Amino acid sequence: MQIRKIVPITLFIVLLCTPFAMRRLGAHKQESMSYGLSFRESSHAAGIDFKHVSPHLDPKLNHIMQQVASMGAAVSIVDFDKDGWDDIYVTNSGEGSKNALYRNMGNGTFRDVAEEVGLADVNQPGTGVSTGAVWGDYDNDGYEDVLIYKWGKPELYHNDAGKHFTRVTEQAGLPAWVNANTAIWLDYDNDGKLDLFLGGYYPENVDLWHLKNTKMMPDSFEYANNGGRKYLFHNLGNGKFEEVSEKMGIDSRRWALASVAADLRGTGYPDLFIANDYGVSELYFNDHGRGFREVGKQTGVGYAPKSGMTAAVGDVLNDGQFGIYVSNISEEGVLVQGNNLWMPKAGTGGDDIKYENMANAMGVELGGWSFGAQFGDLNNDGLMDLYVVNGNVSLDRNRTYWYDYSKVAGGNAAIISDAANWPPLNGRSLSGYQQKRVWMNDGAGQFREVSQLIGITDVYDGRSVALADFDNNGALDVVVANQNGPLLLYRNTVSPANKWIEFQLEGTRSNRSAIGAQVTLYWNGQRQVQEVSGGSGFCAQNQRRLHFGLGKTTQVDRVQIRWPSGKIQTLATPALNQIHKIEEPS
Amino acid sequence: MTPGMTATGAAALEASKPSTLARFFSIENRYLPPMLITLILLVGQVSFGLLESFPRTALAISASIVVELVLSRIVTGRFANLASAYISGISVGILCRSPEYWPFALCAAIAITSKYVIRWRGRHLWNPSNFAICAMLILAPEVFTTLSIQWGNNFWPMLVVWAVGALITWRVDRIHITGVYVASFVFFALLRGFITGHGFLAEVAPITGPMYQLFIFFMITDPRTTVRTKWGQCFVAFLIAIAEMILRLAQNIHAPYYALAIVGPIAIAGEIWWTSRKKPRVLATA
Repeated sequence: MQIRKIVPITLFIVLLCTPFAMRRLGAHKQESMSYGLSFRESSHAAGIDFKHVSPHLDPKLNHIMQQVASMGAAVSIVDFDKDGWDDIYVTNSGEGSKNALYRNMGNGTFRDVAEEVGLADVNQPGTGVSTGAVWGDYDNDGYEDVLIYKWGKPELYHNDAGKHFTRVTEQAGLPAWVNANTAIWLDYDNDGKLDLFLGGYYPENVDLWHLKNTKMMPDSFEYANNGGRKYLFHNLGNGKFEEVSEKMGIDSRRWALASVAADLRGTGYPDLFIANDYGVSELYFNDHGRGFREVGKQTGVGYAPKSGMTAAVGDVLNDGQFGIYVSNISEEGVLVQGNNLWMPKAGTGGDDIKYENMANAMGVELGGWSFGAQFGDLNNDGLMDLYVVNGNVSLDRNRTYWYDYSKVAGGNAAIISDAANWPPLNGRSLSGYQQKRVWMNDGAGQFREVSQLIGITDVYDGRSVALADFDNNGALDVVVANQNGPLLLYRNTVSPANKWIEFQLEGTRSNRSAIGAQVTLYWNGQRQVQEVSGGSGFCAQNQRRLHFGLGKTTQVDRVQIRWPSGKIQTLATPALNQIHKIEEPS
Repeated sequence: MTPGMTATGAAALEASKPSTLARFFSIENRYLPPMLITLILLVGQVSFGLLESFPRTALAISASIVVELVLSRIVTGRFANLASAYISGISVGILCRSPEYWPFALCAAIAITSKYVIRWRGRHLWNPSNFAICAMLILAPEVFTTLSIQWGNNFWPMLVVWAVGALITWRVDRIHITGVYVASFVFFALLRGFITGHGFLAEVAPITGPMYQLFIFFMITDPRTTVRTKWGQCFVAFLIAIAEMILRLAQNIHAPYYALAIVGPIAIAGEIWWTSRKKPRVLATA
């Protein structure tokens, strides 16, 4: 055969075989290794038997009820009674259902004390249902208070010395109704008093139980701008808050599902990142507490709209800079958005910081219909790992709603925005029964997915994930809140060869929760920065303590704490394998 | 003046020459479609960021052009005009969605290579981009999908696509294909609405998205992969709509691509076969 025929035919065959080769290459990457950790699901043994219930909204949505009412399972970690053991608060979303506060008894078991302390019965019909909760000591009395946000009336509860919670919503001046899916505590002006960001999903004039009409869906799958408004409550210091979002430059009606605050530029003030469903993410630079500037496009995170569902920050390269992880949707053969890991571009910083999406290059991109995600050093090797939960609606395993979903989602605004036009779900799944992702950081810019190897085997519809060291033994355990599913507690057993250190900070001039304080650890020629967070992930909050894995090192060189007040504190060679309680020096 | 031509004749010829504008918008200007597609790309990207990323689209275009240059040189001994490769590359760059880079290059390369490999009696059977997209959907579904629900749903980008698309298809005398396909789709949407019980709006929704505008203006009208008679073209467009309806009733998410991939080559092959049957008869008569 002539060469002019052989070459194109050979090339054609080679090209068609390339996907198989790429697949084999990808499979080779996932070879089995020992990562020095294993998880065991032990909720029942620990006394936790919680099952989330979804709400039943207006009957006009009956045909797509499970798809619309697919959020609300949330978990946040707090030591509400200051006994030194982290507790778990978990939300429920059925009308009349009860939230639970699992008090850590310090012996490996938990006891639900929500009824006793007044935090259980918060989903009464007519008030909406819980979608999440975040903890912060807004009055600096030493006890963590809680904001319970809802598709409904947000509620603020004051913690009365760990014994009881008093509802203070009206005094605080919170709005009557917000269909919120995200809230975080932050001290945006570093005045020592915690402020509050609250992000709406559905517009605030929509009562999902009493719809005026069915035109309440997003007006675009990726460019929707008809969602709920955003709120920024400035803490006035007398139990009252002033809503200042417009004054401070936060004006968005995108469909917010997650937010996280962290000082991304070294200004000493927290910037604000919002992950939006049906659109691009937003990044607000904080101008020294005087206002916010939206810089999504300027920094590179505001392009390529996806379905943002989580926002978490972590120093994944141990270079003292935060990467930002945003979860999205990936469904094989249908929609492969890929999750985003926004990493600062080399040589950029400050106001000129630029981000590039390194999720693909670093191997943390394809996570199914991903919801909550958190960074944490799960095996104490000194590197931030990543835990991602996923799965949207798990009903009939053999029938999928994807075709009908994509049919309408691709349509014009007039069609997509009206729920009446959405075909009925009819018991079909939409990215259900998905395998979770636990990505271990190899320290060389790559993550390896190991969930099945280390005991993470559930396929519930994961929503909210939080990390905490419940046994105070230096291993980060994992709590997962599943939609219409059980609350899971994965106990972590880590190789004792790896050292760790934890810091529990308490502000004096700064807000007492120390939210916004940055701790930079220097050891073995490395450094890692972490920041005390007032909420991250999807409707979640990790333990307040900062946990650092250290690998096999024998010494930490130094620790630098930058408090929100601006005070810099340095600790020399703190002891390893200990929890250090640090109070802000006056 | 051309030697031997009278002044009057030259003036008449000059007068009969099409204007520069008319020449620009003529069927002979093979750079018109690439330019207008580029215009759509730029308007879409600037106004609402339609691309996965510029680098990925650039990669698809580059791969397409490189493969075209190499294969044309090897197969024909000379470098091909790159307008067609550019259109294939840009189509892949717009219509593909993947978080990875390599599928963009691979899809574009498959598109161009298919032109040289899958031929019958001197004609290629599949629209190259359509073939490559279908191949990638089958071979690499874990990292590859198409632009189906990722564009904006407002009318402004669509108006731009409509205006430019109508201009191109009108100038290349293919607008009847678009018209028949749209009318058929709407009719079958009505029919599907009755069959599925989902209503007309749910069934007609896909064609209101900008992705479909690229499909109806630039993919099913490709002069190289459509049959030659006007009535034949209309009939094939109708058949594609029928095939798509059947695939949609089977809940196939990528129904339009597969419908074209099934009907298109059958129609071309049928035409080639029919033409070859007629030729000997004409000769015999002569």
